[in-house]
Amino acid sequence: MEEELFVSGRNLPHIDPNLELWGFPIAFYLFLGGLAAGILLFASTAVILEKEDKFPATARWAPLVVPLLLTVGLFALIVDLHHPLYSWQLYTTIRLESPMSWGAWVLLIVTPISYLWAFADLRILFPKLDWKFKVLYQIEDLVRKYRKVIAWILIPLCIILGIYTGILLSAFNARPLWNSAILGPLFLISGLSTAAAAIILLAKSHSESSLFSKIDIILIIIEIGLVIHLIMGYYSGTEMQVEAANILINGELSIMFFVFFILLGLIVPLVMEVFELLGTKIPVYIPAILVLIGGLIFRILMVEAGQLSRILY
Amino acid sequence: MRYVMVIDTNKCVGCSDCVVACQVENHVPMGYCRDWVVETVNGTYPSVSFEFRSERCNHCDNAPCVRTCPTGASHIIEGGIVLVTPEECIGCGACIESCPYDARYPHPEEGHVDKCTFCNHRLEKGELPACVSVCPTKCMYFGDLDDANSDVSKLLATRQHKVLAPEAGTKPRVYYLI
Amino acid sequence: METTRRDFIKISSLGAGGVALTSTTIPLSGIFGKKKPALDDEKLTKIPTYCDICFWKCAAWAFVDATGKIRKLEGNKNDLLDRGRLCPRGTGGIGAYYDDDRLKTPLVRIEEDGEQVFKEASWEEALDLVANKMKEIKEKHGPESFALLKHGSPGKHFAHLFQAYGSNTIAEPAFAQCRGPRDVGFKLTFGKPPGSPENTDLRDAKCIVLIGSHIGENMHNSQVQELSDAIDKGVSIITVDPRLSTVANKSKFWLPIRPSTDMALLLSWMHVLIYEELYDKEYVEKNTTGFEELKKHVRQFTPEWAYPITDIKPEMIRKSAREMAISAPSTIVHPGRHVVWYGDDTQRSRAIAILNALLGSWGRRGGFYFSEKMRIPKYPQPPYPKPKWDAHTLSHHFPFANHGVTGDVIKASLIEKTKEHHVKAWMVAGTNLTKSVPERAVIESAINELEFLVVVDTMPMEITGYADVILPECTYLERYDQLRNSSWRTPSVALRMPAVKPKYQSKPAWWMAKQLGERLGLQDYFDYEDYEEVIKWQLEHVGTSLEEMKHLGVKNYDRRSKNLYMDEKATQKFKTPSGKIELYSQKLKDAGFEPFPVYKEHERPPKNYLRMIYGRAPMHTFSKTVNNPYLNELKNENLLWINPRVAKKWNLHYGQKVWLKNQDGVISTFPIKVRMTERIRWDSIYMVHGFGHNNKNLTRAYSKGASDTKLISKILTDPIMGGTGLRGNFVTILTEEPTKNIES
Repeated sequence: MEEELFVSGRNLPHIDPNLELWGFPIAFYLFLGGLAAGILLFASTAVILEKEDKFPATARWAPLVVPLLLTVGLFALIVDLHHPLYSWQLYTTIRLESPMSWGAWVLLIVTPISYLWAFADLRILFPKLDWKFKVLYQIEDLVRKYRKVIAWILIPLCIILGIYTGILLSAFNARPLWNSAILGPLFLISGLSTAAAAIILLAKSHSESSLFSKIDIILIIIEIGLVIHLIMGYYSGTEMQVEAANILINGELSIMFFVFFILLGLIVPLVMEVFELLGTKIPVYIPAILVLIGGLIFRILMVEAGQLSRILY
Repeated sequence: MRYVMVIDTNKCVGCSDCVVACQVENHVPMGYCRDWVVETVNGTYPSVSFEFRSERCNHCDNAPCVRTCPTGASHIIEGGIVLVTPEECIGCGACIESCPYDARYPHPEEGHVDKCTFCNHRLEKGELPACVSVCPTKCMYFGDLDDANSDVSKLLATRQHKVLAPEAGTKPRVYYLI
Repeated sequence: METTRRDFIKISSLGAGGVALTSTTIPLSGIFGKKKPALDDEKLTKIPTYCDICFWKCAAWAFVDATGKIRKLEGNKNDLLDRGRLCPRGTGGIGAYYDDDRLKTPLVRIEEDGEQVFKEASWEEALDLVANKMKEIKEKHGPESFALLKHGSPGKHFAHLFQAYGSNTIAEPAFAQCRGPRDVGFKLTFGKPPGSPENTDLRDAKCIVLIGSHIGENMHNSQVQELSDAIDKGVSIITVDPRLSTVANKSKFWLPIRPSTDMALLLSWMHVLIYEELYDKEYVEKNTTGFEELKKHVRQFTPEWAYPITDIKPEMIRKSAREMAISAPSTIVHPGRHVVWYGDDTQRSRAIAILNALLGSWGRRGGFYFSEKMRIPKYPQPPYPKPKWDAHTLSHHFPFANHGVTGDVIKASLIEKTKEHHVKAWMVAGTNLTKSVPERAVIESAINELEFLVVVDTMPMEITGYADVILPECTYLERYDQLRNSSWRTPSVALRMPAVKPKYQSKPAWWMAKQLGERLGLQDYFDYEDYEEVIKWQLEHVGTSLEEMKHLGVKNYDRRSKNLYMDEKATQKFKTPSGKIELYSQKLKDAGFEPFPVYKEHERPPKNYLRMIYGRAPMHTFSKTVNNPYLNELKNENLLWINPRVAKKWNLHYGQKVWLKNQDGVISTFPIKVRMTERIRWDSIYMVHGFGHNNKNLTRAYSKGASDTKLISKILTDPIMGGTGLRGNFVTILTEEPTKNIES
């Protein structure tokens, strides 16, 4: 029998026996970040294609939520910091090798843009609104005038933001479950999928919701492919990667993984959306909500399982 | 200059003097530790053997904690020692997640991330790290790997040794003689 | 009497009667305030001491900061015993000072509303009470009836008091519960016991044989350091142990012996050494008596004879014996320390001594050197009165008991066992009797019959719960004590002086002894205001001064006698009747014992029982350090080592909490966690001694792990010197919590 034990020391809170340093706030932050990035990406695309009026949920209503998502997300992140009073230190340096630094800077740019974007649309959506100050009208005009430019700027930023939520985890090769290059694209696709679901929820016209149902179907299929690819990658890897994968596939988190993420978060909404497109009467908000919940569960799972996996030595 | 630690597992008795010496010297809060002792047992009675290892931050040459730190609080100083500047640390935990050795923890009272410093404050006075200085078996050696005449260079040149989790690619600088 | 007079009452129940003692757990980091400046930020003052966490007494420096707080302890580089390196217990020694569970004030047992409780008392009150009791006992029964059971530094101050008072009924568990048999066995053979620290020349040994000795698990500092030096020099180690101990893992030969059969192996080794003519012929011829008889005696003990007994293959016995012979005389068959196992322990120690004699290692480099200590004159005092009887009288049935046997003092307190020499009262100083001495039931009934029990300790150990008066002693960092005078390669003295003032109302033992002495009219024996004066006087008589010692901490001297080892040209005189190393012991023969060691089979575990083996962890000293905040951090509970195959049969899993029941139905008070490990034989279990404290006032130690001492209800007494063999106890494993057996 092989045996490994600590003679002395260790038992560090949140670190031993398993790392539990990052909890729900981080997963929630990753979820909100991905969702926000997806919404802005769709909105920017709509603006560039000049389809704002055809797809108001995409271009105007959904972006209205984004400032809230990002603010709550940042708040969740700061809640999780152990030294939050020092968080301004993030903006004293740019560290190219640190995804956390990338994320901080991208959020610093995207968050104000998202506020401006939403602000500029407010009077379109709520015509009775009246800004008291002239400067606000000037800002509104400016944003509307350069909306396309902003959209072009937002597209790469949102791709970075979406991928970043995955890369943040995959940068840690100490955690075999996270140490996969697929995590970046997977989180981006998953974020887009949740964004599509959010737009479906907000869409008033059938044409807009059915378009995003179609987009979501494609995204879910890609996502399933990426998940399979991810798992296969683990199983063709080292012993510690196999053990890491087993945490999801054949361990304490497998019910959560298979039932709540794979089945209820991907397959069921996929099937429902397909049937809905084929004409079956299904309320569109059901698959959309499932996708959103599935997206959150996926991030909770990855954060928790990743910390359970470790390099064996 | 490249500081390294070399630990002779053939002499270590797992007494944990290194752990308590560190705790006292560095005011490590109760319930936490910057170094610790592991025992690994292999085989079947009576063909069985085991190893004691005093472990700590490996002060890696390719330190993932320094790479993933968003503020530069984790940094490497002259001699290759990896340190954390408390005033720059936001306590995000990225370095903790990135360390294959679980050598870091958030300080429970002060919030910044804390870990082994190779007793940098003692080195500056020409003293050895606390753990090395107390070890009753003298199984711990500390010195400059760039100096071919140092104890550590000689030991690594002549004795079989290993590092922990070399596959993580971190280039750790705590060596174990086996 | 219907109810027991002295219920085990805990000091925590004091809330009912007296003033509640605060026992909040302040996190230790709080000691230094919130923001703790790095150690080197402040000027630290070095104050000399020697460690009191174990009996090795390593010289050390206490570093005190500007605010008068002890910041750390470091070894004294001048000290040959620790060479500037304290062991974990020494380094964590400051925890003894900072432990907030310490005894804080004198406590006196009173009866309140029909319930016995402890009440806080002033020193005046408590000392008067003790002194009056001492007077009363003296008048009623004679001073001899007041016994002192002691250990360590405080014990010495009280031994002085007791001898002045007229009682030499003094015993310490260190003899009959620990090293007595080996001291007697070696003395019978070489005329000298190995001493403490042992005179083993580990540093230069080429082969070290450890039989029931666990260097590295016991943290006898210099031995661990020298073993490590020897490993660097390529020493070959032979370890005999049913368990893969720390040092067994470093051994060239590990002989995983069947427990209780060590004697067969030792005899068989003698056989190989003699019949393969590997022994040191010249040395044996020149220095020993009885070789021919020995040769005859061990003829039958071939390795083939020993194999079925010991489970050690004949080839292994031969190879290991040859290994010893190749390195001889730089081969040490280590005398061990805690050697009270099976009741034939003096004989087994004799066998070890004989083996060393055959290898010629006594008095040889890399074997056993001739140790020397300082001659420190005694501070002037009147001669002690001669008691009518003493501890030796109580142990007259053990002809070779040259120290008080704790068990006999305890038994002399039982009415039915005693006719003329009845012990009526005890002082217990520095030893947690219920954890250091087996047979809890006997101790408890003895205590119940006592007229008076006073306990001196720094911590609310279990024994304090039985006391009529508890006197809180300050820790070693807060007091003067006797000069350390260790026997070693060269003599030395070391100073212990207070680094800080005593915390709470605790006081040094010398002060208590003096206060009591004065109350008893014995002031002539305490002719000083402060113990410092005694130290000062003594230091001036050994060519130094208190001032010098405050800077040095330890002073090393040259040897008075020339030779560290035997002078090969001269004839060595041994302090035995024959003047030679006595392989054959006429003394034993005359007293009616076997002149040579013989193998006797000991009881084996009954079905479904496993032999209970206990041992040491390097970060703890017996049961006394478990509550130390720093050392408790390192190890806060003991684990039940059990072979995985046995564990599988019993359906146990790693970390499972189980209870142990011994052959007499005694059940462990608290559960212990299972450690399935290949490091232990299938017929035994192992646990570290000293855990399973049942006094709630020890907030960190309470209920953590199981107490091996509680499970030792069967004693195998050594008829030669009264040693209490403790290894004849067997346990079975209970997976369900037994019906309430928590001690009240």
